[in-house]
Order: sequence, then structure tokens, then C-alpha cells
Amino acid sequence: MINQSQVSSRGIRRIMVGDHAVAEAVKLARVNVISAYPITPQTLIVERLSEMVERGELKADFIRVESEFSALASVYGAAAAGARAFTATSSHGLFYMYEMLWWAAASRLPLVMAVVTRTLGPPWNIHDEHTDILAIRDSGWIIGMASDVQEVFDMTLTAFKLSEDERVLLPVAIGLDGFILSHTIEPLYIPSQEDVDSWLPPRNPKVPYVIEPGGEPVTLGNLPRMDVYHELHRAYMDEAMDKAKNVLHEVYSEYGKLTGRYYEPLVECYRCSDAKYVAVTMGAWSGDAKVAVDELRDGGYPVGLIRIRYIRPFPDEELATYINGVRGIVVFDRDYSAGFGGVLAGELMGLVPSNVSFKGVIAGLGGVDVSPSDFRDVIVNFINDVERDGYLRVRKWWYIPSVNGGD
Amino acid sequence: MVTINELHKYGRTKLIMPGTAACPGCPLQLGMRYLAMALDGKFAMVIPAGCSSVIPGTAPYTAFTVPTMHVPFASSPAVASGLRRALRIRGVDGPVVVWAGDGASADIGFASLSGAAYRNEDIIYILADNEAYMNTGIQASGTTPPKAWTTTSPRGKTEGRKDVSLIMIMHNVPYVATASIAYPMDFIDKVRRAASIRGFKFIHLHAPCPPGWKFPDNYTVRVARLAVETGMWILWEYNQGKLTISPPSIPYKDKGRRKPIEEYLKLQGRFSHLTKEDIEEIKAGVDRQWDLILKLTEIYR
Amino acid sequence: MSSVSSKYVKYILSKPMMGAGGKTGTWRVHRPVIDAEKCIKCGLCWLYCPENAIDWLEDKTVAVDYDYCKGCGICSDVCPVRAITMVKEGVI
Repeated sequence: MINQSQVSSRGIRRIMVGDHAVAEAVKLARVNVISAYPITPQTLIVERLSEMVERGELKADFIRVESEFSALASVYGAAAAGARAFTATSSHGLFYMYEMLWWAAASRLPLVMAVVTRTLGPPWNIHDEHTDILAIRDSGWIIGMASDVQEVFDMTLTAFKLSEDERVLLPVAIGLDGFILSHTIEPLYIPSQEDVDSWLPPRNPKVPYVIEPGGEPVTLGNLPRMDVYHELHRAYMDEAMDKAKNVLHEVYSEYGKLTGRYYEPLVECYRCSDAKYVAVTMGAWSGDAKVAVDELRDGGYPVGLIRIRYIRPFPDEELATYINGVRGIVVFDRDYSAGFGGVLAGELMGLVPSNVSFKGVIAGLGGVDVSPSDFRDVIVNFINDVERDGYLRVRKWWYIPSVNGGD
Repeated sequence: MVTINELHKYGRTKLIMPGTAACPGCPLQLGMRYLAMALDGKFAMVIPAGCSSVIPGTAPYTAFTVPTMHVPFASSPAVASGLRRALRIRGVDGPVVVWAGDGASADIGFASLSGAAYRNEDIIYILADNEAYMNTGIQASGTTPPKAWTTTSPRGKTEGRKDVSLIMIMHNVPYVATASIAYPMDFIDKVRRAASIRGFKFIHLHAPCPPGWKFPDNYTVRVARLAVETGMWILWEYNQGKLTISPPSIPYKDKGRRKPIEEYLKLQGRFSHLTKEDIEEIKAGVDRQWDLILKLTEIYR
Repeated sequence: MSSVSSKYVKYILSKPMMGAGGKTGTWRVHRPVIDAEKCIKCGLCWLYCPENAIDWLEDKTVAVDYDYCKGCGICSDVCPVRAITMVKEGVI
């Protein structure tokens, strides 16, 4: 999907897969410590970073750990000692990190992680699905999802700025769809090292605190004297999440000046300002959904697309603004919360006025291909149903376009 | 060897502050004090879940006077790896110490320990071994001795014991030693030696626990000393290819000079159910361990 | 909240303090009483005090900090000259 904003992009134009775009961003951020464990489809990131370190292109320590759990634990330790640190994982690896994810976030240390989204087994399946990254949404990580390789690069690079901001100090996870972005070559613009350096200074090791021999004798993580300290601590994290929204606006505004690429920070609104119906998506298939929206517009349907860029902090105000005044909303989830339905549908429903029609669609699980025509059909059917019946409210609907089932 | 007179300078220094949440007679607090003196209070510490997460007291205060991270159960060797790497890049010197229990080391965190050891991370890892999951209430661990009562082995542990320190030697690390809270000078020497070596250093500190082993609070040092005197716990040191018996254990190379094992066992309620046959089996185990360690001193000479 | 010690982030970090686990002297059932006449100033009771509640003073005599001594009795057990007796609290 070609981003129109690229027209004025500055930097060197190159072509590469999404995983390598992550590695390029990490290199330009002058990360000090990298640790990761191989898992498909993330592996290209660590392989490329290892090469960069071995060749001396990136002056960093690469820790070849024995598991994802230790990957996150070691970059967490590095962050506590003042380093700029990065890890990457996928699916089962992300779940193997689960305990550390929470500990790292609540330690308020800056960290960046790429999550190449992938289905969880069984059965074993390396293809794309968003259930993995959405399962960490309560952990305290800021979570973004890119929609093309350029955005993968941009989100990864801006993540360092965001995470290290004194108003934020939360770790940032950047999602990219397995294979669809991780292994697909697309053109992108890469800013010069000088440009990046002028905008992203080295990390201040003292922020927020540093663990070092002979240093200030601070202790992190012992039991709280009163449980209310713990509660306050979580309230502080929530405050930081709220502030992160404003910081995202600032960061992307500065980044736009630097690169010529401007993004709507939390939520992208595509042809939805005058839309009567909106579809909601996140991640790479948003490109296909945009094609469907264009076709439907050509056919006279007043449709737009809301693309979620950051699901944490939850962009409630932005979403509420965009869905204000529409007749119907159809949310596409490439994920499934067992016993509930689509995660995005669930999160959005609370923002949808009760007189507005709503449909949550679960599709594309396990890497099942969803084409622009699939989007078009589902959206058209939704519009037709609402127009016919006047009102529709379906939280969960499975779109399984195969011979074995479906609707 | 360091002498007690050399430690007199710490006579009023509280490297570990009094008024901790440790049980009376806690061996971990002894070990922690010796560690802090050995390194003159200048190190960073990483502590996984366990008694030592609770011992320093409650936030916003702590008994520990060094920069310390309390971290998830299985993570400490990896966290310390990252800390050390980052400090090296930043040009900050000084030891990074993991202070972990037997559960975190031998069991849940074993993969992480093994990973850090084989990468030869420049850290000092101290396994403060009280031979069971004490913080959760005395459950059997990989280092609980066979036949010992715990709340998850109410009729005595049926499995063997994982010899973590010997496993560490097989990771080709430069330094591995055993130590005991009853022999602080030996332990302090070992910590200092470890601090002078680059790479992964492992010290296995024997730490008898009054409530966990069921002996009176005032017997902590007595029980620890008996473990060495009966030959149940052997003090040795592997330093860059050479394995030697440490001075306090040298007399007990001679089986005839070891005190009867019963003297060690009878002080501990966790062994009160043992039969004569059980005790004979334990004795045979001690002899086998001595044979093995003495053979290793021949191999690593 | 006064407990926040990072100036960059509202966060609960801990600082060293005596009694972070409480005034643990209140746990004590038996108190160690040192017979200064018998004491040979060897420092072993100081060395083996888990709570670090014994000071080994400049003149090598020792003093117990009863605010924090938990009364475990290790000092009495390791004293080579039996100069420390454990006396039940409340008994003079």
C-alpha cells in the first residue's frame, strides 16, 4: 500500500522487507543493547541486527540468549543500567515473555520491542494474526500496529523517542503483520543518520533511575509498605499512558518535519470525514480495506475507514470523534478473544452510541487471506442490512470464506 | 585468608540495615552481610523472587544499601547479563551480583542461569541455598536433600539432589565454589577472588534455615558448621581449571575425622522421621560425594 | 507522596533505612545479655549476628541494638566463652 505522504518524503529511497526496516530503524536509533531469540517470522530482524553488530555498523552488544523470557529480561536489565535497548519477538515467544512484559512496564524503563504478529498454536501456524500482540494490551506497554513497511520503520524509530520521553517512560511494542509486512519487500524512505541524531539524542542513563555499582542506592521492586502504594503506582502508569497521547502528537509532528512524512498519531481517518458508515481495521490489511473503501465510494457508498495505529494508549477520544454522526460501524478483527469475540470490536463497542448500528467481524485468523473484495462484500452486506432493517447490533460474526464453513 | 580483625572496620557500618523482615536466625542475612563486606558495599544486586524479596523490608525503604533490582523468579541471570553489558558500554565498573535461592537457580530459573553461564557473562552469581522453597512455606526444590521432610514431601523427598555447582563447572565458567554461612572468612575470600576474575562466577552458599529445617533459631551457625564437619557439605573451589578442597574442609578428606552424620541430622526436624536404613543411605551418599570431589581435584589439578 | 525518589517519574523506589522491616526488637522473646567481664572481644557475636544488630565498637567490646535484635540467640550460641546469656523478656 503506497502511502501518499511519501511523495514529499526525505531520505534515501530503498526497498526492503518489514523485518529489515525494523533493523534499519534500530541501527539509526543507535541502540546499545539488543537481545532476542529467533522465532518465525521475527527471525530476519535478529539476523540482520547480528550482521550489523558484527560488521561494526551498529556499535551495540548483541546478547544471544536462550529464550524470549531471557531476551526481555536482559534488555530490561540493560535499560535499568542506562542503555537504549531493543528486543523483538512473535507469537509464542511473546507469550513466553509474558511475566517479564508486566514487570518491565511497571518498572517504568524505556524499551522498544518489535512484535511480528503470528498465530498461536495449536496447530502450529506461522501465519499472521493479531491475537498475540493484543494479548499484551493490559500489560502497560504502549502498542502500535504498522500498516506498511514505511510505517514499520517510522513507528520503530519514533518508539524510542516516545518511550524515553520523561512524561511517558513506558515500553513500546510495535506490531507488524507476519509475512505480509515482515517478509514483503516494499519501497521506503530512510532518513540520514545525521537527521536522526539531530532529533534523537543518546539516552540519558539517569532517566528515570539507574542501577549501577557505586551509584545511588535505590531499590526497585520490594514489597510496598501499604497496598495503596501499589495502586498509586498503577495510577501513575495510567497517567503516563494518557500523557503519551499528547507526546505522540508532538513526536509525529517533529518526525514529520524531519522526514516529510506526517501521520495522524493514534488513529488514521481515511475518507471518513463525510462517511455515513465506517469500517475499522488495524495493521497491514488496512491497505486492502482502503482499496475496498475506494471502490465502494466509486459505487456511491458513503464509506470511510478508521485505522487504529495505537491501541494503547486507547484512542478513545479520537475514535469517538470519528464515529460521531455515523449510522453504522463495522469492525474487522484479525484476532479472537475466546468466549467473547473480536478484541477491537469489544474495545470499540463502549464508544458506540446505542442507536448506531454495529457489527464485529472476525476474519483472517491463522493467516487466511482477506482481499479487498472480501472487505467490500462484508461492508456492503452490513450497509444493506442496516438500510433494510434500520438497525443492527452484532458483536461477533465469523467471516470464514472457505468450503468448510462460514456464513 | 581474611581475618576477623580486618573486618573490624565494618564493626559499626550497616551495609545491611538492621530491622529487616527476615525470620530470627536467618542464614540469608548472614550471607548477605558477608557479601556486602567482601565487596565493601560497592556492587549492584539482582534478586529474584524468594525470601530475599521480602527480607529487606517494605518500600519506600529497604535494608539494602546497594542499588538493587527485585525481578521475576526466573529472570535474574538474564537481567544481570543486560545490566553488566550496558554498564560495560557506559564504562561503569564494579561487580554485578545475583543473589538467588535454590528455587530460582536450580529449578525455575535454571535455563536462564545456564544461558548466562555458558555465555560467560561477567557477573557473580550467589546461590544462597536453604534447600527448599522457604518463602512459600518449605516446599521441596531441586536441591532439597533426599528424604528431607518438606510440605510437598511430607514423608520425605523421594528424588535426588541436583548438584548445581558441579553442573556450573561443565559450563566452562572460570570460577565455581561452594561456601557456608558458618565459614564467613572462606566465603568472603571466595567472593573477593570471584570479583577479581572476568566472566561468570558461581558461589554455592550453604544456608541452614531454622523454620524450614526445623531447628531452633540459635542453631543456624551450629547446623551449618556441622554440615561441613560431618562431610555433608564440602567446601571446595574451582578456579580457572584447578579444583581444590577449601581449608575448612581439608581435615574431612579423611573420613575418620568427620563427625558422625547423625549429629547433623538429629538437630533438624526435617530428618526426624529417618530410619537407620535411611541414615545409612545418606552416609553412603556423603561418601560418594567425597569420592567424586576428590577425584575431581585429581582431574582439575 | 514523599516516597517518590526518582525525580523523572512518579515511581516508588526504595531507599536504605534502619527498620525497613519494622522495629524488630518487638519480636524478641529472649534478650541477649553480655557479661562484659567474660567478654574476650573476639567479635564473633558481631560476625554471626544475622540482623546486624550488634555493634563491634572501637575498643572491640560489643553492644546490642535492642531496637532491632530479634533475640535469635546465635550470638549466645557462637560465643566461645559463654559471655552471652539469653534472658526471657520481662524478667529482670
